Amino acid sequence: MSVPKNKITVEGLTGDAAIAYALKQADLDVLAAYPITPQTIIVEDYQHFAANGEVKAHVIPVESEHSAMSACVGASAVGGRVATASASAGLALMWEILYCAASMRMPIVFTVANRALSAPINIHNDHSDGMGMRDSGFIQLYCQSSQEAYDTTIMAFKIAENHDVLLPVMVGIDGFILSHNVERVEMLPDDVVSKFLGVRKPFIALDPDKPITMGPLALTDYYFEFKEQQDKAIMGAPKVYKEVEKEFADLTGRKYGLFETHKTNDADIIIIAMSTMGGTAKVVADAMREKGDKVGVIRLKMFRPFPAKEIAKVLGKAKAVAVFEKAMSFGAATHPLALEVRTALYDAEERPMVVDFVVGLGGRDVTPMTFVEGIEKTKKYIAKGKAPMYETLGVRK
Amino acid sequence: MAMDFAKGITEFRWHGRGGQGVVTSNQMLGKAALAEGNYIQAFPEFGPERTGAPVRAFLRISKKPIQVYAQVYHPDVVVCIDPTLVEVVNVAEGLKDNGTLVINTDKGPEVIREKFGVKGGKVVTVDASTIAMEVMGRPFYNMPTMAAAVKATGIVAVETVTNEVLERYPGKVGDLNKVAIERAVKEAKVG
Repeated sequence: MSVPKNKITVEGLTGDAAIAYALKQADLDVLAAYPITPQTIIVEDYQHFAANGEVKAHVIPVESEHSAMSACVGASAVGGRVATASASAGLALMWEILYCAASMRMPIVFTVANRALSAPINIHNDHSDGMGMRDSGFIQLYCQSSQEAYDTTIMAFKIAENHDVLLPVMVGIDGFILSHNVERVEMLPDDVVSKFLGVRKPFIALDPDKPITMGPLALTDYYFEFKEQQDKAIMGAPKVYKEVEKEFADLTGRKYGLFETHKTNDADIIIIAMSTMGGTAKVVADAMREKGDKVGVIRLKMFRPFPAKEIAKVLGKAKAVAVFEKAMSFGAATHPLALEVRTALYDAEERPMVVDFVVGLGGRDVTPMTFVEGIEKTKKYIAKGKAPMYETLGVRK
Repeated sequence: MAMDFAKGITEFRWHGRGGQGVVTSNQMLGKAALAEGNYIQAFPEFGPERTGAPVRAFLRISKKPIQVYAQVYHPDVVVCIDPTLVEVVNVAEGLKDNGTLVINTDKGPEVIREKFGVKGGKVVTVDASTIAMEVMGRPFYNMPTMAAAVKATGIVAVETVTNEVLERYPGKVGDLNKVAIERAVKEAKVG
């Protein structure tokens, strides 16, 4: 049953503040974090809640991000509800423990204000940090708006803690573009969130009275079996995601899917983009349709696991797919998102041309005209029947 | 035909210097618009804050959810808080033909029109520096300049924005800002 309007709080919140509020309502046991721009407001706001006695969580201001993720693994192992936040270099410093968190099957919600990696030092948005951790075993959900950041953070706990999943979830928002952007956010009453999430029921927990060891050593005898199970777990996540989202939609009327489609049915060219770029792409598609260009958009929310079959199905009838992505996989055949899209299409009966545009690195503004430029190029490639494997847009060459 | 990427959206660009409250006044106006039932985006030009350096902020206001995420290149309204910035930055850059240019200056609208070659739309001037010094005794220009923008555009009621300011700054600071806002609304010149 949906929550009545008079119980909903509407506030102007940045993406970071919206996440902090969701963490507050999620009733965490532990939040361990180390500050880094542009996620700072998340932990700052949460510390306010803690200082004011509005949350019961144990907040651990650790000495590094490596320790932040380690503390989260420990807290999750004893059965707690756990979250952290980071970005860029901070996320990179967690590297070793990201793999531990996923492989030890620890539900942890990891909110990330996506930011470029050094060098040179750059505080602005791109997806290098998120794409860098894409093979760590985390589920990855990328959000377009502050509302979606709030909604997704709440849902992430229910997905992560589900016994068919038991994996950490990264919730990504675009650094500054969303993390510092005040938008209209509708918030649920505390008791509704409490009821929706319930109390975490650990599948197995560390307990001094019944001592066990978690994640110690498995060599040639069992390591591979751990990985086999981990693979099964993440591939089953979309099913749980859909169930959780349905329940959430019943409360709020809001749902996002593994990806959002916008005018894809009759589209000749379909843009694929993530996070805030997906929003801009929809506006561009509308404007280009007025000129007679049949453009559609897939705004991908779930990058891990990658919804390959579903994406291939939507792309099927298009002449071309224009991927716009904010990361480079140096030396790869194409860049991360296009690699996935090409792979998804390989076995499809109808294979549209795949065009890969790398844009917006280090926070270079991705304007509507950046998309228009890419679409115009794609039209030429369709006419020629040939496109480069990838190219960059909006950069001095 | 130029493509319109901001259908149904009123777009603002703010200019000022780090420390003058560009980000805050942008958010105040945004929250006032939100209070009146609109969707908003209020965001600064991102970067490390440096006191005294030119900074910008952007605001979108719409009756419907806003999908576009990029800086504002063709604003409906430009608001410049700092009186010296007009000598350094072309604050009218990209302003729509029928747009509104709001400047904190002791000069009249006709002088600003000529300086930036603005033919259509509205040019609004307000001596927010003098108002701030006389009312608050300190150079807090942002609220009185915002007040002139509110008056010129009617984007929200003056009362709504005053309420936001009082909520954010309860007590003396809020009360003095309210006086400055009301005076700016009276004294702003539209030409």
